[in-house]
Amino acid sequence: MARKFQFLSGVVLFAALFAGKVNFATAAEPIRLGVAGAHSGDLASYGLPSLNAARLVVKEINAKGGVLGRQIEILAEDDVCKPEIATNTATKLISEKADIVMGHICSGATKAALGIYKDAKLIVVSPSATNPELTQSGKYPNFFRTIAADDAQARQEVDFAVKVLHLKRLAVIHDKGDYGKGLAEFAKEFIEKSGAAEVVLYEGVTPGAVDYSAIVQKIKRADADGVIFGGYHPEASKVVSQMRKKGMQTVFISDDGVKDDTFIKVAGPNAEGVYASGPKDTSKNPLTKAAILAHQTEYGSEPGAFFLNAYAATLAIVNAIDKAGSTDFEAVTKALRQQAVDTPLGSIRFDERGDAIGVGFSMYVVRGGAYQEVL
Amino acid sequence: MLAELKKAMLVAVWFMFLTLPILVVKVNPIEQKVVWRWANLALVGLAAFVLTLAGRYYGRHKTELAKYWPEFHPLLAHPALKRFFLAIIALLAALFPLFFSSYQINIMTTALMYAVLGLGLNIVVGLAGLLDLGYVAFYAVGAYSYALLNYHFGLGFWAALPIGGLLAAMFGIALGFPVLRLRGDYLAIVTLGFGEIIRLILENWNDFSFGPSGIAGIPRPGFFGMTLSVDNAICYLYYLVLLLGLLTIFVVNRLRDSRIGRAWIALREDEIACQAMGIDKTRTKLTAFALGASWAGMVGVLFAAKTTFINPASFTFLESAIILAIVVLGGMGSTVGVVIGALVFILLPEYLRAFADYRMLLFGMIMVGVMVFRPQGIIGTSRRRSYPLPDMDLGKEAGHD
Amino acid sequence: MDYFLELFFSGLTRGSIYALIALGYTMVYGIIGLINFAHGEIYMIGAFTALICASVLTVWGLPPLAVLVLSALAAMIWSAAYGFTVERIAYRPLRHAPRLSPLISAIGMSIFLQNYVLLAQSADFVPFPALIPDFAWLAPYRSIIGSSDLVILLTTTVVMILLTLLIKGTKIGKAMRATSQDKQMALLLGIDVNFVISATFVLGSALAAIGGVLIASHIGQINFAIGFLAGIKAFTAAVLGGIGSVPGAVLGSLLLGWTESFATGYISSDYEDVFAFALLVLILIFRPAGILGRRHNQKV
Repeated sequence: MARKFQFLSGVVLFAALFAGKVNFATAAEPIRLGVAGAHSGDLASYGLPSLNAARLVVKEINAKGGVLGRQIEILAEDDVCKPEIATNTATKLISEKADIVMGHICSGATKAALGIYKDAKLIVVSPSATNPELTQSGKYPNFFRTIAADDAQARQEVDFAVKVLHLKRLAVIHDKGDYGKGLAEFAKEFIEKSGAAEVVLYEGVTPGAVDYSAIVQKIKRADADGVIFGGYHPEASKVVSQMRKKGMQTVFISDDGVKDDTFIKVAGPNAEGVYASGPKDTSKNPLTKAAILAHQTEYGSEPGAFFLNAYAATLAIVNAIDKAGSTDFEAVTKALRQQAVDTPLGSIRFDERGDAIGVGFSMYVVRGGAYQEVL
Repeated sequence: MLAELKKAMLVAVWFMFLTLPILVVKVNPIEQKVVWRWANLALVGLAAFVLTLAGRYYGRHKTELAKYWPEFHPLLAHPALKRFFLAIIALLAALFPLFFSSYQINIMTTALMYAVLGLGLNIVVGLAGLLDLGYVAFYAVGAYSYALLNYHFGLGFWAALPIGGLLAAMFGIALGFPVLRLRGDYLAIVTLGFGEIIRLILENWNDFSFGPSGIAGIPRPGFFGMTLSVDNAICYLYYLVLLLGLLTIFVVNRLRDSRIGRAWIALREDEIACQAMGIDKTRTKLTAFALGASWAGMVGVLFAAKTTFINPASFTFLESAIILAIVVLGGMGSTVGVVIGALVFILLPEYLRAFADYRMLLFGMIMVGVMVFRPQGIIGTSRRRSYPLPDMDLGKEAGHD
Repeated sequence: MDYFLELFFSGLTRGSIYALIALGYTMVYGIIGLINFAHGEIYMIGAFTALICASVLTVWGLPPLAVLVLSALAAMIWSAAYGFTVERIAYRPLRHAPRLSPLISAIGMSIFLQNYVLLAQSADFVPFPALIPDFAWLAPYRSIIGSSDLVILLTTTVVMILLTLLIKGTKIGKAMRATSQDKQMALLLGIDVNFVISATFVLGSALAAIGGVLIASHIGQINFAIGFLAGIKAFTAAVLGGIGSVPGAVLGSLLLGWTESFATGYISSDYEDVFAFALLVLILIFRPAGILGRRHNQKV
């Protein structure tokens, strides 16, 4: 008797499992949003906020019934900001049937993966890949981004240095990385073209070196009145600290890799007076406030780098799919280009090459231990 | 029994002390906050206690337990059994792409590429006994030669493959010349230096190599002139690498029993005796470097074709270390061992992805563990066991002739 | 001339840090013939221990000088402990193994320790409290040499002197020299070789820890990856000077520091590492045993 009962209950359980499965199958296919970026490793602080942003947006949208009656499912993949891993990640997302991708975070990784996405006709919207070639070369019609490109940033920095601060002798330093060196090259080009200032030094620092005084001394010897630094905050804070320790009052201008609160915290008092370019301040925007509040409620902390850009990217994706009526490549690309969407960065849409119209950079300065917008 | 417990207790206390600052205390100097994570301490103590007991048990019963580790060599020696296994493996390898997704084929291709790299390094380190820590340089040469030749001259994959191998071989000879007189660890550090020099040049000489931004848009190998879709291309590459792997195994096996192979082994065993026997040391060493390098070059070309994007960050010292680890872990000098080593080394981190953050930690731990418990590698070659190895002689640090 | 002096001192600073790490490499190699790849990580752990200790003590309100001294001591103690443990776990069982096995074990240990600190602490750069005060009397020379540079130089000099006294004068020093010359013979003479080897690791690690503390206060921030580059450079320096030779390690480190500094200053910082390695290759071509290395004729 007991055995029979056990058998029956087993069958019922089994059936229940299957019933559950069957249920799923009859519901609408979810829209799979691939979110790729650095979720671990030393650049994770640039990638995790974007993942959080995607999760928040998707949660909100799904609660309202999803897009086109379909729920959105996030496929998060970690590429540690390494190009060769990014190609693996791209292949994985494709084999998992992602419909659209939000990512990657680092320009190098994005570049590596884009070719694979292009062949698979997947749209990619990046919140932080700023390498100009990605849109300007025209090779990637499937690529969009919700952040201005590096050349725009470099131009901003150079214009500020030359026209606002009236600096004449500029030392251009980079951290030998893809992002930093790229920016530095543009900066050098723009300075030379401007004719109003000269590049007295163009050098790179080795990340992780034991001592930076050699390069600082070189800057001093070149008699530069300003340093334009391309790279991330660890190297920037080290160079600035060594400069101030040696009593150099040289103006220090850097990029959005440095416009990060961690820079101020690590460099301490040496961060005072440092200029950095960053995405335009949209903190007055009600959508921005709502997004930041959502992050604080859900994760109990302030959002990190590129959070708003990723939030905007996800919103843009959702909006485009909605307006296009499907996840078809042609339709969604058209929608992205033609339909403006309200985001924490303002009302944006994308141009022919994939850059976002309505997203720009402005300059910030560290005063009293915090970044303040200058322009 | 009590003594054992006491010993384990002491070890546990030691480890708790050891990990106290880093594991227990979490400081936030910016906000002047200190967090004490005592739970970690308890965990460490417990783990250390248990592991010590287990370790000492193993140490005492090592010879009995060793019976359970299958001795592979007798298996491989039996000809009919060997052929059977080979046939099974060949079948599995050939049918692999049919049953697995593109993503997993990709991973397997990477594993096979590392296997070929391991076999190439095996020529230098395993057969000739020349400790090369800069092997990745030749890998980079192959990859960049394809990328650059394609960028400047539009050269296709099939043309680039032999050229990549040849260029790498030339670099191998270029590396070999200055280090002819160096021995052992001096050779190691110089080769390490070479590897780093190549990577740094690639990173900084923008005009030549496009620096850290790398080179994108490298075409995949064409199939009789046609370009394939991504999925098919991945499958195609898998078979290409498989073929290359088989070719490599064939070549290395033949080389091992050839004159040059014997010369390498003689060089490894005793350089002076080798010279006394009339073997041209220079030629032997250079051939070893050149041949080993040419394999790395060819795999480099494949790598460039596979990922379609290369940059100097893929060619760091860690890569050389991993390839060396594959050779050593698999069992130096043993072809089967190298292949197994590659599969373990590359597939394991992929499947450890579930552990995400702890992946590299486990990786390091496994490396140490395998070495400590089985220093001769997973498939230790039995050839060397016929006579006891002399103890490392510390009086001789570096030799020269 | 000013510029030259600046570069000279900056090279001296670098060289000193390399020397503190290189000594550990050279002593361990001299005694058991192993390239201890995990040594760079011991340096990093020393820096982290000092940072943790300094932060805790600062929060508890101790004066900066006490914090500095206590943190340095803590770093030395714990680094020594790590060095000792690493040797026992990863190298001792492999004393009689084929010679590549301990090397792989060392590399594995290096990866393990790096990730251990990464996971236990943080992936970000962690700032180190400024503990070395700015000496007022040094202010006019600030551009040539700063107070932390001076502290580094002085500390390194003192350490070198103490180390030389230890090796030449004490019993354990003698035992170390004996063991590194001929392990078998030392055993026969009744020297506890295991103890001597452990002592060597402990000593080398303590030195690296001092280097870690100094660099942490000099640069002002550390992260889990600093051990790798410093380790490779220091090892290069040790080989340059002749591995197994203590004065060789110091000489090699200073040479390396100056090469990097002057190469950056007068040529370009892009290739500073290339110059360092090129220097190594050149020296080894003409003096295969390193500058002060013992040239041993190999007997057949």
